[in-house]
Amino acid sequence: MSQYLLLRHREIPEISRLEVYRQHGGFEAFQKAVTTMTPEQVTEVVKASGLRGRGGAGFPTGLKWSFMDRKSWPHYVVANADESEPGTFKDREIMEGNPFQFLEGVAIASYAVGAQRAYIYIRGEYQHIARWLDEKIAEMEAAGLLGEKLFGTDYSLRIYTHLGAGAYICGEETALLESLEGKRGQPRVRPPFPPTFGLYGKPTVVNNVETLTNVPLIVQNGAEWYRSMGTPDAPGVKIFSLSGRVKRPGSYELPFGVTFRQLIYEYGGGILDDRPIKAIMPAGASSSLLRVDDRVLDTPLDYAALRQFGSDLGSASVIVIDDTVSIDWVIQKTIRFFKHESCGKCTPCREGTYWMKHLIDRIRKNGKEEKQVKLLLDVARQIQGKCLCALGEFSTMAVVSGIERFPEDFRETVLEGVPG
Amino acid sequence: MSLAQKYSQEIQAIFAKYPPEQKRSAIMSLLYLAQREEGYISQEAMKEIADMLEISVTEVAGVAGFYTLFHRQKEGKYRIQVCTDLPCALRGADSFLQELAQALGVRPGETTPDGRFTLEEVMCVGACHRAPVFQVQHGDTITFHENMSLEEALAVLKKLE
Repeated sequence: MSQYLLLRHREIPEISRLEVYRQHGGFEAFQKAVTTMTPEQVTEVVKASGLRGRGGAGFPTGLKWSFMDRKSWPHYVVANADESEPGTFKDREIMEGNPFQFLEGVAIASYAVGAQRAYIYIRGEYQHIARWLDEKIAEMEAAGLLGEKLFGTDYSLRIYTHLGAGAYICGEETALLESLEGKRGQPRVRPPFPPTFGLYGKPTVVNNVETLTNVPLIVQNGAEWYRSMGTPDAPGVKIFSLSGRVKRPGSYELPFGVTFRQLIYEYGGGILDDRPIKAIMPAGASSSLLRVDDRVLDTPLDYAALRQFGSDLGSASVIVIDDTVSIDWVIQKTIRFFKHESCGKCTPCREGTYWMKHLIDRIRKNGKEEKQVKLLLDVARQIQGKCLCALGEFSTMAVVSGIERFPEDFRETVLEGVPG
Repeated sequence: MSLAQKYSQEIQAIFAKYPPEQKRSAIMSLLYLAQREEGYISQEAMKEIADMLEISVTEVAGVAGFYTLFHRQKEGKYRIQVCTDLPCALRGADSFLQELAQALGVRPGETTPDGRFTLEEVMCVGACHRAPVFQVQHGDTITFHENMSLEEALAVLKKLE
Protein backbone atom coordinates (compact mmCIF):
# COMPACT_ATOMS: atom_id res chain seq x y z
CA MET A 1 0.00 0.00 0.00
CA SER A 2 1.32 3.38 -0.87
CA GLN A 3 2.22 5.77 1.88
CA TYR A 4 0.37 8.77 0.52
CA LEU A 5 -3.23 9.46 -0.44
CA LEU A 6 -2.85 13.20 -0.96
CA LEU A 7 0.84 14.06 -1.31
CA ARG A 8 1.19 11.35 -3.96
CA HIS A 9 3.77 13.35 -5.92
CA ARG A 10 6.28 12.33 -3.27
CA GLU A 11 5.97 8.77 -4.58
CA ILE A 12 4.99 9.48 -8.19
CA PRO A 13 7.08 12.51 -9.13
CA GLU A 14 5.39 13.11 -12.50
CA ILE A 15 1.83 12.90 -11.22
CA SER A 16 1.32 16.57 -12.07
CA ARG A 17 1.33 15.50 -15.73
CA LEU A 18 -2.11 14.54 -16.98
CA GLU A 19 -1.08 11.29 -18.65
CA VAL A 20 0.78 10.11 -15.54
CA TYR A 21 -2.12 11.02 -13.29
CA ARG A 22 -4.43 9.05 -15.57
CA GLN A 23 -2.05 6.07 -15.61
CA HIS A 24 -2.50 5.99 -11.85
CA GLY A 25 -6.26 5.92 -11.98
CA GLY A 26 -6.77 9.65 -12.34
CA PHE A 27 -10.25 10.85 -13.37
CA GLU A 28 -11.71 7.35 -13.11
CA ALA A 29 -13.63 8.49 -10.04
CA PHE A 30 -14.99 11.56 -11.82
CA GLN A 31 -16.06 9.48 -14.81
CA LYS A 32 -17.56 6.85 -12.51
CA ALA A 33 -19.53 9.52 -10.65
CA VAL A 34 -20.85 11.28 -13.75
CA THR A 35 -21.67 8.15 -15.74
CA THR A 36 -22.83 5.66 -13.11
CA MET A 37 -23.96 7.59 -10.02
CA THR A 38 -26.59 10.20 -9.24
CA PRO A 39 -25.40 13.37 -7.50
CA GLU A 40 -27.21 12.18 -4.37
CA GLN A 41 -25.31 8.88 -4.41
CA VAL A 42 -21.99 10.73 -4.62
CA THR A 43 -23.00 12.91 -1.68
CA GLU A 44 -24.06 9.82 0.27
CA VAL A 45 -20.66 8.13 -0.21
CA VAL A 46 -18.83 11.22 0.99
CA LYS A 47 -21.21 11.51 3.94
CA ALA A 48 -20.70 7.84 4.83
CA SER A 49 -16.91 8.22 4.63
CA GLY A 50 -16.97 10.62 7.58
CA LEU A 51 -14.80 13.11 5.70
CA ARG A 52 -14.64 16.39 7.63
CA GLY A 53 -13.57 19.79 6.38
CA ARG A 54 -9.79 20.20 6.51
CA GLY A 55 -9.77 24.00 6.52
CA GLY A 56 -10.11 24.15 10.28
CA ALA A 57 -13.76 23.84 11.27
CA GLY A 58 -13.98 20.07 10.72
CA PHE A 59 -17.55 20.23 9.46
CA PRO A 60 -18.78 16.99 7.80
CA THR A 61 -18.29 17.49 4.06
CA GLY A 62 -21.11 15.33 2.72
CA LEU A 63 -23.54 16.93 5.12
CA LYS A 64 -22.54 20.38 3.87
CA TRP A 65 -23.19 19.27 0.28
CA SER A 66 -26.62 17.94 1.23
CA PHE A 67 -27.64 21.39 2.55
CA MET A 68 -27.65 22.91 -0.94
CA ASP A 69 -30.97 24.61 -1.63
CA ARG A 70 -32.47 22.70 -4.56
CA LYS A 71 -35.09 25.35 -5.26
CA SER A 72 -32.56 27.99 -6.19
CA TRP A 73 -30.20 27.76 -9.20
CA PRO A 74 -27.50 27.89 -10.46
CA HIS A 75 -25.31 26.23 -7.86
CA TYR A 76 -21.61 26.95 -7.38
CA VAL A 77 -18.62 25.18 -5.90
CA VAL A 78 -15.81 27.31 -4.53
CA ALA A 79 -12.51 25.78 -3.51
CA ASN A 80 -10.94 27.68 -0.65
CA ALA A 81 -7.24 27.93 -1.52
CA ASP A 82 -6.71 31.07 0.52
CA GLU A 83 -4.48 29.27 3.04
CA SER A 84 -3.25 32.22 5.13
CA GLU A 85 -3.06 31.04 8.73
CA PRO A 86 0.46 31.49 10.09
CA GLY A 87 1.76 27.93 10.29
CA THR A 88 -0.28 26.53 7.39
CA PHE A 89 1.33 25.53 4.10
CA LYS A 90 -0.27 22.23 3.16
CA ASP A 91 -2.71 23.21 0.39
CA ARG A 92 0.13 24.81 -1.43
CA GLU A 93 2.03 21.53 -1.68
CA ILE A 94 -1.07 19.66 -2.86
CA MET A 95 -1.71 22.16 -5.64
CA GLU A 96 1.94 22.33 -6.64
CA GLY A 97 2.59 18.61 -6.54
CA ASN A 98 -0.67 16.78 -7.16
CA PRO A 99 -2.87 19.36 -8.91
CA PHE A 100 -5.09 16.99 -10.86
CA GLN A 101 -6.30 15.09 -7.83
CA PHE A 102 -7.41 18.39 -6.30
CA LEU A 103 -9.07 19.47 -9.57
CA GLU A 104 -10.78 16.08 -9.84
CA GLY A 105 -12.11 16.66 -6.32
CA VAL A 106 -13.48 20.03 -7.41
CA ALA A 107 -15.11 18.36 -10.41
CA ILE A 108 -16.73 15.60 -8.36
CA ALA A 109 -17.99 18.04 -5.75
CA SER A 110 -19.46 20.15 -8.54
CA TYR A 111 -21.27 17.15 -9.99
CA ALA A 112 -22.54 16.15 -6.55
CA VAL A 113 -24.16 19.54 -5.92
CA GLY A 114 -25.22 20.21 -9.51
CA ALA A 115 -22.79 23.05 -10.14
CA GLN A 116 -21.70 23.77 -13.69
CA ARG A 117 -19.24 26.44 -12.68
CA ALA A 118 -16.58 26.20 -9.98
CA TYR A 119 -14.08 28.77 -8.74
CA ILE A 120 -10.78 28.26 -6.98
CA TYR A 121 -10.03 31.24 -4.75
CA ILE A 122 -6.24 31.36 -4.33
CA ARG A 123 -4.35 33.74 -2.08
CA GLY A 124 -2.47 36.42 -4.02
CA GLU A 125 0.91 35.28 -2.75
CA TYR A 126 0.35 31.94 -4.52
CA GLN A 127 0.21 33.59 -7.93
CA HIS A 128 2.53 30.97 -9.42
CA ILE A 129 0.09 28.27 -8.33
CA ALA A 130 -2.86 30.02 -9.95
CA ARG A 131 -0.97 30.15 -13.26
CA TRP A 132 -0.01 26.50 -12.84
CA LEU A 133 -3.62 25.46 -12.18
CA ASP A 134 -4.75 27.49 -15.21
CA GLU A 135 -2.45 25.32 -17.34
CA LYS A 136 -3.79 22.14 -15.76
CA ILE A 137 -7.39 23.25 -16.28
CA ALA A 138 -6.63 23.94 -19.95
CA GLU A 139 -5.18 20.43 -20.28
CA MET A 140 -8.35 18.98 -18.77
CA GLU A 141 -10.48 20.95 -21.21
CA ALA A 142 -8.37 19.72 -24.13
CA ALA A 143 -8.75 16.14 -22.91
CA GLY A 144 -12.54 16.43 -22.63
CA LEU A 145 -12.51 16.26 -18.82
CA LEU A 146 -14.03 19.74 -18.51
CA GLY A 147 -16.46 21.48 -20.83
CA GLU A 148 -19.78 20.61 -22.40
CA LYS A 149 -21.56 17.26 -22.14
CA LEU A 150 -18.89 15.34 -20.29
CA PHE A 151 -18.45 11.61 -20.94
CA GLY A 152 -21.43 11.67 -23.28
CA THR A 153 -23.84 12.83 -20.57
CA ASP A 154 -25.71 16.13 -20.22
CA TYR A 155 -23.38 17.29 -17.47
CA SER A 156 -21.18 20.31 -18.24
CA LEU A 157 -18.56 21.94 -16.03
CA ARG A 158 -16.06 24.78 -16.12
CA ILE A 159 -13.46 25.54 -13.45
CA TYR A 160 -11.83 28.96 -13.04
CA THR A 161 -9.13 30.32 -10.76
CA HIS A 162 -9.54 33.63 -8.95
CA LEU A 163 -6.53 35.32 -7.41
CA GLY A 164 -6.84 37.10 -4.06
CA ALA A 165 -4.57 39.97 -3.07
CA GLY A 166 -3.37 39.52 0.49
CA ALA A 167 -6.10 39.30 3.11
CA TYR A 168 -6.24 36.58 5.77
CA ILE A 169 -9.93 37.27 6.29
CA CYS A 170 -10.74 35.92 2.82
CA GLY A 171 -10.16 32.42 4.18
CA GLU A 172 -13.44 32.91 6.04
CA GLU A 173 -15.99 31.56 3.61
CA THR A 174 -18.43 34.46 3.45
CA ALA A 175 -15.60 37.02 3.22
CA LEU A 176 -14.15 34.90 0.45
CA LEU A 177 -17.45 35.04 -1.42
CA GLU A 178 -17.64 38.81 -1.02
CA SER A 179 -14.12 39.08 -2.38
CA LEU A 180 -14.97 36.81 -5.31
CA GLU A 181 -17.89 39.09 -6.06
CA GLY A 182 -15.45 41.98 -6.38
CA LYS A 183 -15.98 43.61 -3.01
CA ARG A 184 -13.89 44.12 0.09
CA GLY A 185 -13.44 40.77 1.79
CA GLN A 186 -15.64 41.29 4.82
CA PRO A 187 -17.70 38.51 6.40
CA ARG A 188 -21.45 38.36 5.97
CA VAL A 189 -23.99 37.93 8.73
CA ARG A 190 -24.91 34.26 8.97
CA PRO A 191 -27.45 32.73 8.57
CA PRO A 192 -28.14 32.45 5.70
CA PHE A 193 -25.21 30.13 5.09
CA PRO A 194 -23.58 29.67 1.68
CA PRO A 195 -25.52 26.49 0.74
CA THR A 196 -28.60 28.74 0.78
CA PHE A 197 -27.14 32.14 -0.08
CA GLY A 198 -23.59 31.99 -1.40
CA LEU A 199 -21.83 33.32 -4.47
CA TYR A 200 -24.00 35.89 -6.27
CA GLY A 201 -26.70 35.01 -3.76
CA LYS A 202 -26.93 31.44 -5.08
CA PRO A 203 -26.42 28.13 -3.24
CA THR A 204 -22.69 27.53 -2.90
CA VAL A 205 -20.46 24.92 -1.36
CA VAL A 206 -17.12 26.22 -0.10
CA ASN A 207 -14.58 23.48 0.59
CA ASN A 208 -10.91 23.54 1.49
CA VAL A 209 -8.31 22.24 -1.00
CA GLU A 210 -7.24 19.30 1.16
CA THR A 211 -10.85 18.29 1.76
CA LEU A 212 -11.56 18.17 -1.97
CA THR A 213 -8.36 16.25 -2.70
CA ASN A 214 -9.67 13.37 -0.56
CA VAL A 215 -12.86 13.08 -2.58
CA PRO A 216 -11.69 11.20 -5.72
CA LEU A 217 -10.24 8.40 -3.58
CA ILE A 218 -13.40 8.12 -1.51
CA VAL A 219 -15.59 7.86 -4.61
CA GLN A 220 -13.21 5.34 -6.15
CA ASN A 221 -12.60 3.13 -3.12
CA GLY A 222 -15.74 3.62 -1.03
CA ALA A 223 -16.62 4.90 2.40
CA GLU A 224 -15.63 1.72 4.26
CA TRP A 225 -12.12 1.90 2.88
CA TYR A 226 -11.79 5.50 3.99
CA ARG A 227 -13.12 4.76 7.44
CA SER A 228 -10.49 2.04 7.89
CA MET A 229 -7.99 4.87 8.47
CA GLY A 230 -7.90 7.47 11.22
CA THR A 231 -10.24 7.52 14.22
CA PRO A 232 -14.04 7.20 14.50
CA ASP A 233 -14.21 10.95 15.24
CA ALA A 234 -12.03 11.79 12.25
CA PRO A 235 -11.65 9.09 9.60
CA GLY A 236 -8.88 9.27 7.02
CA VAL A 237 -5.62 11.11 6.78
CA LYS A 238 -4.57 14.65 7.55
CA ILE A 239 -1.70 16.78 6.41
CA PHE A 240 0.03 18.27 9.44
CA SER A 241 1.98 21.45 8.73
CA LEU A 242 4.83 21.31 11.20
CA SER A 243 6.76 24.53 11.89
CA GLY A 244 8.61 26.41 14.58
CA ARG A 245 11.45 25.08 16.71
CA VAL A 246 11.72 21.59 15.18
CA LYS A 247 14.58 20.06 13.24
CA ARG A 248 12.58 19.04 10.20
CA PRO A 249 9.66 21.40 9.60
CA GLY A 250 7.36 20.51 6.73
CA SER A 251 4.12 18.82 5.70
CA TYR A 252 3.42 15.36 7.05
CA GLU A 253 0.50 13.33 5.78
CA LEU A 254 -0.54 10.97 8.56
CA PRO A 255 -3.68 9.19 9.69
CA PHE A 256 -5.70 10.87 12.41
CA GLY A 257 -4.80 9.26 15.71
CA VAL A 258 -1.10 10.01 15.40
CA THR A 259 0.34 11.69 18.50
CA PHE A 260 2.24 14.95 18.91
CA ARG A 261 5.18 12.89 20.16
CA GLN A 262 5.31 10.93 16.91
CA LEU A 263 4.77 14.02 14.78
CA ILE A 264 7.34 16.21 16.51
CA TYR A 265 10.03 13.71 17.53
CA GLU A 266 9.72 10.88 14.99
CA TYR A 267 8.76 12.80 11.85
CA GLY A 268 9.95 16.26 12.78
CA GLY A 269 13.27 15.01 14.17
CA GLY A 270 12.77 16.62 17.60
CA ILE A 271 13.41 20.10 18.91
CA LEU A 272 16.18 22.33 17.58
CA ASP A 273 19.36 21.97 19.66
CA ASP A 274 17.51 19.23 21.58
CA ARG A 275 15.95 21.80 23.89
CA PRO A 276 12.92 20.91 26.02
CA ILE A 277 9.57 21.54 24.33
CA LYS A 278 7.44 24.16 26.08
CA ALA A 279 4.25 24.80 24.15
CA ILE A 280 2.33 23.69 21.07
CA MET A 281 -0.03 25.70 18.93
CA PRO A 282 -1.95 22.94 17.13
CA ALA A 283 -3.95 25.15 14.76
CA GLY A 284 -1.62 27.96 13.76
CA ALA A 285 -1.61 31.45 15.20
CA SER A 286 -5.30 31.20 16.10
CA SER A 287 -4.69 28.29 18.52
CA SER A 288 -5.03 28.18 22.21
CA LEU A 289 -1.54 27.48 23.51
CA LEU A 290 -1.08 24.01 24.93
CA ARG A 291 1.27 23.60 27.84
CA VAL A 292 3.13 20.42 26.99
CA ASP A 293 3.24 17.39 29.26
CA ASP A 294 3.27 13.64 28.55
CA ARG A 295 -0.50 13.48 28.41
CA VAL A 296 -0.60 16.10 25.65
CA LEU A 297 2.27 14.47 23.78
CA ASP A 298 0.74 10.98 23.81
CA THR A 299 -2.90 11.72 23.02
CA PRO A 300 -4.06 10.35 19.66
CA LEU A 301 -4.98 13.41 17.65
CA ASP A 302 -8.37 14.15 16.20
CA TYR A 303 -10.86 17.00 16.53
CA ALA A 304 -12.40 15.72 19.77
CA ALA A 305 -9.11 14.85 21.46
CA LEU A 306 -7.72 18.36 21.67
CA ARG A 307 -10.90 19.89 23.07
CA GLN A 308 -10.28 18.07 26.38
CA PHE A 309 -7.13 20.20 26.72
CA GLY A 310 -8.94 23.39 25.82
CA SER A 311 -7.55 23.68 22.33
CA ASP A 312 -8.48 22.72 18.80
CA LEU A 313 -6.89 20.78 15.96
CA GLY A 314 -8.13 23.26 13.35
CA SER A 315 -6.18 22.86 10.15
CA ALA A 316 -3.44 20.93 12.02
CA SER A 317 -0.87 23.67 11.64
CA VAL A 318 1.40 22.67 14.47
CA ILE A 319 3.72 25.42 15.67
CA VAL A 320 6.30 24.13 18.14
CA ILE A 321 7.71 26.39 20.84
CA ASP A 322 10.70 25.47 22.99
CA ASP A 323 11.97 26.70 26.34
CA THR A 324 14.07 29.49 24.81
CA VAL A 325 10.88 31.33 23.89
CA SER A 326 8.83 33.49 26.20
CA ILE A 327 5.08 33.40 25.74
CA ASP A 328 4.67 37.17 26.02
CA TRP A 329 6.76 37.41 22.84
CA VAL A 330 4.56 34.75 21.19
CA ILE A 331 1.36 36.65 21.85
CA GLN A 332 2.94 39.90 20.72
CA LYS A 333 3.44 38.18 17.36
CA THR A 334 -0.08 36.74 17.15
CA ILE A 335 -1.71 40.01 18.24
CA ARG A 336 0.26 41.94 15.64
CA PHE A 337 -0.96 39.52 12.97
CA PHE A 338 -4.63 39.71 13.89
CA LYS A 339 -4.57 43.47 14.30
CA HIS A 340 -3.17 43.74 10.79
CA GLU A 341 -5.69 41.26 9.37
CA SER A 342 -8.83 42.49 11.14
CA CYS A 343 -11.15 43.55 8.34
CA GLY A 344 -12.60 46.38 10.40
CA LYS A 345 -16.23 45.38 10.15
CA CYS A 346 -16.92 44.50 13.81
CA THR A 347 -15.96 47.04 16.43
CA PRO A 348 -14.83 44.56 19.14
CA CYS A 349 -12.29 43.01 16.76
CA ARG A 350 -11.17 46.21 15.07
CA GLU A 351 -10.72 48.20 18.29
CA GLY A 352 -9.91 45.22 20.50
CA THR A 353 -6.96 44.07 18.42
CA TYR A 354 -5.70 47.67 18.39
CA TRP A 355 -5.80 47.85 22.19
CA MET A 356 -4.31 44.39 22.65
CA LYS A 357 -1.39 45.42 20.46
CA HIS A 358 -0.98 48.66 22.37
CA LEU A 359 -0.97 46.79 25.69
CA ILE A 360 1.36 43.95 24.73
CA ASP A 361 3.83 46.42 23.21
CA ARG A 362 3.74 48.41 26.43
CA ILE A 363 4.15 45.28 28.57
CA ARG A 364 7.08 44.06 26.49
CA LYS A 365 8.71 47.47 26.58
CA ASN A 366 8.08 48.69 30.10
CA GLY A 367 7.90 45.47 32.07
CA LYS A 368 5.18 43.09 33.11
CA GLU A 369 3.08 45.12 35.46
CA GLU A 370 0.28 43.00 36.85
CA LYS A 371 -2.25 45.75 36.16
CA GLN A 372 -1.38 45.90 32.47
CA VAL A 373 -1.46 42.11 32.05
CA LYS A 374 -4.89 42.00 33.70
CA LEU A 375 -6.10 44.75 31.41
CA LEU A 376 -4.85 42.85 28.36
CA LEU A 377 -6.66 39.72 29.50
CA ASP A 378 -9.77 41.79 30.08
CA VAL A 379 -9.70 43.33 26.60
CA ALA A 380 -9.23 39.87 25.05
CA ARG A 381 -12.22 38.48 26.95
CA GLN A 382 -14.37 41.42 25.88
CA ILE A 383 -13.76 40.60 22.22
CA GLN A 384 -14.87 37.00 22.64
CA GLY A 385 -18.33 36.08 21.43
CA LYS A 386 -19.03 39.52 19.98
CA CYS A 387 -17.83 39.30 16.36
CA LEU A 388 -19.47 38.16 13.14
CA CYS A 389 -16.71 35.77 12.18
CA ALA A 390 -14.10 33.68 13.93
CA LEU A 391 -11.22 36.10 13.38
CA GLY A 392 -12.22 38.18 16.39
CA GLU A 393 -12.24 35.06 18.53
CA PHE A 394 -8.99 33.83 16.99
CA SER A 395 -7.19 37.02 17.96
CA THR A 396 -7.80 36.25 21.63
CA MET A 397 -7.01 32.53 21.79
CA ALA A 398 -3.25 32.72 22.31
CA VAL A 399 -3.62 35.78 24.54
CA VAL A 400 -6.03 34.24 27.03
CA SER A 401 -4.48 30.76 27.03
CA GLY A 402 -0.97 32.21 27.13
CA ILE A 403 -1.59 34.37 30.19
CA GLU A 404 -3.60 31.69 31.99
CA ARG A 405 -1.42 28.69 31.22
CA PHE A 406 2.00 30.36 31.34
CA PRO A 407 1.59 32.85 34.20
CA GLU A 408 5.32 32.72 34.96
CA ASP A 409 6.00 34.45 31.63
CA PHE A 410 3.78 37.37 32.61
CA ARG A 411 5.00 37.92 36.14
CA GLU A 412 6.52 41.23 37.04
CA THR A 413 10.25 41.20 36.40
CA VAL A 414 12.96 43.71 37.03
CA LEU A 415 14.06 44.82 33.61
CA GLU A 416 17.61 43.82 32.81
CA GLY A 417 19.96 46.72 32.48
CA VAL A 418 17.60 49.14 34.14
CA PRO A 419 19.15 50.46 37.34
CA GLY A 420 17.18 50.23 40.55
CA MET B 1 -2.55 54.64 -23.07
CA SER B 2 -5.59 53.22 -21.34
CA LEU B 3 -5.72 49.72 -19.88
CA ALA B 4 -8.37 48.75 -22.42
CA GLN B 5 -6.04 49.66 -25.27
CA LYS B 6 -2.95 48.08 -23.79
CA TYR B 7 -4.42 44.83 -22.53
CA SER B 8 -7.60 44.30 -24.54
CA GLN B 9 -7.13 40.54 -24.98
CA GLU B 10 -6.24 39.92 -21.36
CA ILE B 11 -9.19 41.98 -20.21
CA GLN B 12 -11.50 39.97 -22.42
CA ALA B 13 -10.14 36.73 -20.93
CA ILE B 14 -10.65 38.09 -17.41
CA PHE B 15 -14.29 38.98 -18.02
CA ALA B 16 -14.90 35.58 -19.64
CA LYS B 17 -14.31 33.92 -16.26
CA TYR B 18 -17.47 35.36 -14.70
CA PRO B 19 -21.16 35.41 -15.58
CA PRO B 20 -21.82 38.42 -17.88
CA GLU B 21 -24.03 40.10 -15.27
CA GLN B 22 -21.32 39.72 -12.58
CA LYS B 23 -18.49 41.63 -14.15
CA ARG B 24 -17.55 43.29 -10.87
CA SER B 25 -15.85 39.99 -10.00
CA ALA B 26 -13.11 41.01 -12.45
CA ILE B 27 -12.00 43.90 -10.25
CA MET B 28 -9.03 42.22 -8.56
CA SER B 29 -7.59 40.94 -11.84
CA LEU B 30 -8.01 44.39 -13.36
CA LEU B 31 -6.26 46.01 -10.40
CA TYR B 32 -3.33 43.63 -10.87
CA LEU B 33 -3.18 44.67 -14.53
CA ALA B 34 -3.23 48.32 -13.54
CA GLN B 35 -0.27 47.64 -11.27
CA ARG B 36 1.79 45.82 -13.89
CA GLU B 37 3.89 48.65 -15.24
CA GLU B 38 4.44 51.06 -12.38
CA GLY B 39 3.92 48.80 -9.38
CA TYR B 40 1.05 50.91 -8.12
CA ILE B 41 -2.49 51.78 -9.15
CA SER B 42 -2.93 55.31 -10.47
CA GLN B 43 -6.02 57.44 -10.06
CA GLU B 44 -6.62 57.28 -13.84
CA ALA B 45 -6.50 53.48 -13.81
CA MET B 46 -9.05 53.36 -11.01
CA LYS B 47 -11.32 55.66 -12.94
CA GLU B 48 -11.05 53.46 -15.99
CA ILE B 49 -11.75 50.28 -14.00
CA ALA B 50 -14.75 51.98 -12.38
CA ASP B 51 -16.13 52.81 -15.84
CA MET B 52 -15.54 49.28 -17.11
CA LEU B 53 -17.38 47.79 -14.15
CA GLU B 54 -20.01 50.53 -13.96
CA ILE B 55 -19.29 51.26 -10.31
CA SER B 56 -17.98 54.38 -8.60
CA VAL B 57 -14.29 55.23 -8.26
CA THR B 58 -14.82 55.21 -4.49
CA GLU B 59 -15.87 51.58 -4.64
CA VAL B 60 -12.78 50.69 -6.67
CA ALA B 61 -10.60 52.60 -4.21
CA GLY B 62 -12.31 50.76 -1.35
CA VAL B 63 -11.30 47.42 -2.84
CA ALA B 64 -7.79 48.56 -3.80
CA GLY B 65 -7.20 49.84 -0.28
CA PHE B 66 -8.46 46.71 1.43
CA TYR B 67 -5.94 44.21 0.06
CA THR B 68 -2.28 44.42 1.02
CA LEU B 69 -0.90 43.40 -2.37
CA PHE B 70 -2.44 46.43 -4.07
CA HIS B 71 -0.54 49.69 -3.77
CA ARG B 72 -1.64 53.25 -4.24
CA GLN B 73 1.82 54.83 -4.01
CA LYS B 74 4.84 54.52 -6.19
CA GLU B 75 7.65 52.87 -4.23
CA GLY B 76 10.82 50.99 -5.16
CA LYS B 77 10.91 49.00 -8.36
CA TYR B 78 11.00 45.80 -6.33
CA ARG B 79 9.19 45.32 -3.06
CA ILE B 80 11.19 42.97 -0.85
CA GLN B 81 8.61 41.48 1.49
CA VAL B 82 9.99 39.58 4.46
CA CYS B 83 7.63 37.49 6.55
CA THR B 84 8.21 37.94 10.27
CA ASP B 85 5.15 36.15 11.58
CA LEU B 86 5.39 33.73 14.47
CA PRO B 87 6.52 30.53 12.66
CA CYS B 88 9.11 32.42 10.61
CA ALA B 89 10.24 34.42 13.64
CA LEU B 90 10.80 31.16 15.54
CA ARG B 91 13.33 30.38 12.83
CA GLY B 92 15.22 33.64 12.82
CA ALA B 93 13.14 35.87 10.53
CA ASP B 94 13.40 38.92 12.80
CA SER B 95 17.17 38.96 12.74
CA PHE B 96 17.15 38.13 9.02
CA LEU B 97 15.05 41.25 8.40
CA GLN B 98 17.37 43.37 10.52
CA GLU B 99 20.45 42.10 8.70
CA LEU B 100 18.86 42.65 5.32
CA ALA B 101 17.81 46.16 6.35
CA GLN B 102 21.34 46.92 7.43
CA ALA B 103 22.82 45.55 4.22
CA LEU B 104 20.44 47.66 2.14
CA GLY B 105 20.94 50.69 4.35
CA VAL B 106 17.24 51.24 4.94
CA ARG B 107 14.72 50.53 7.65
CA PRO B 108 11.67 48.32 6.98
CA GLY B 109 9.15 50.44 5.10
CA GLU B 110 11.82 52.51 3.38
CA THR B 111 13.13 52.56 -0.18
CA THR B 112 16.78 52.49 -1.18
CA PRO B 113 18.04 55.86 -2.50
CA ASP B 114 18.44 54.43 -6.03
CA GLY B 115 14.72 53.61 -6.02
CA ARG B 116 15.25 49.90 -6.66
CA PHE B 117 14.16 48.23 -3.45
CA THR B 118 11.46 48.89 -0.89
CA LEU B 119 11.94 46.69 2.16
CA GLU B 120 8.69 45.59 3.76
CA GLU B 121 7.73 43.47 6.73
CA VAL B 122 4.70 41.39 5.79
CA MET B 123 2.29 38.91 7.33
CA CYS B 124 2.40 35.15 6.69
CA VAL B 125 3.10 34.18 3.08
CA GLY B 126 2.57 30.43 3.52
CA ALA B 127 6.17 29.25 3.62
CA CYS B 128 6.63 28.75 7.38
CA HIS B 129 8.70 25.57 6.95
CA ARG B 130 11.23 27.35 4.75
CA ALA B 131 11.99 30.42 6.83
CA PRO B 132 13.62 32.85 6.53
CA VAL B 133 11.57 33.69 3.47
CA PHE B 134 10.79 36.75 1.41
CA GLN B 135 8.78 37.43 -1.69
CA VAL B 136 9.60 39.97 -4.35
CA GLN B 137 6.62 41.89 -5.64
CA HIS B 138 7.34 43.57 -8.92
CA GLY B 139 4.61 44.96 -11.16
CA ASP B 140 1.94 42.28 -11.13
CA THR B 141 4.29 39.41 -10.31
CA ILE B 142 5.31 37.77 -7.04
CA THR B 143 8.30 35.49 -6.61
CA PHE B 144 9.11 33.43 -3.51
CA HIS B 145 12.62 33.03 -2.13
CA GLU B 146 12.83 30.46 0.64
CA ASN B 147 15.40 29.11 3.11
CA MET B 148 17.36 32.31 2.73
CA SER B 149 20.60 33.37 4.32
CA LEU B 150 21.64 37.01 4.11
CA GLU B 151 24.25 36.16 1.45
CA GLU B 152 21.71 34.25 -0.65
CA ALA B 153 19.21 37.05 -0.31
CA LEU B 154 21.71 39.65 -1.45
CA ALA B 155 22.64 37.42 -4.40
CA VAL B 156 18.96 37.24 -5.37
CA LEU B 157 18.62 41.02 -5.19
CA LYS B 158 21.78 41.51 -7.20
CA LYS B 159 20.32 39.49 -10.05
CA LEU B 160 17.23 41.68 -10.27
CA GLU B 161 17.90 44.25 -12.94
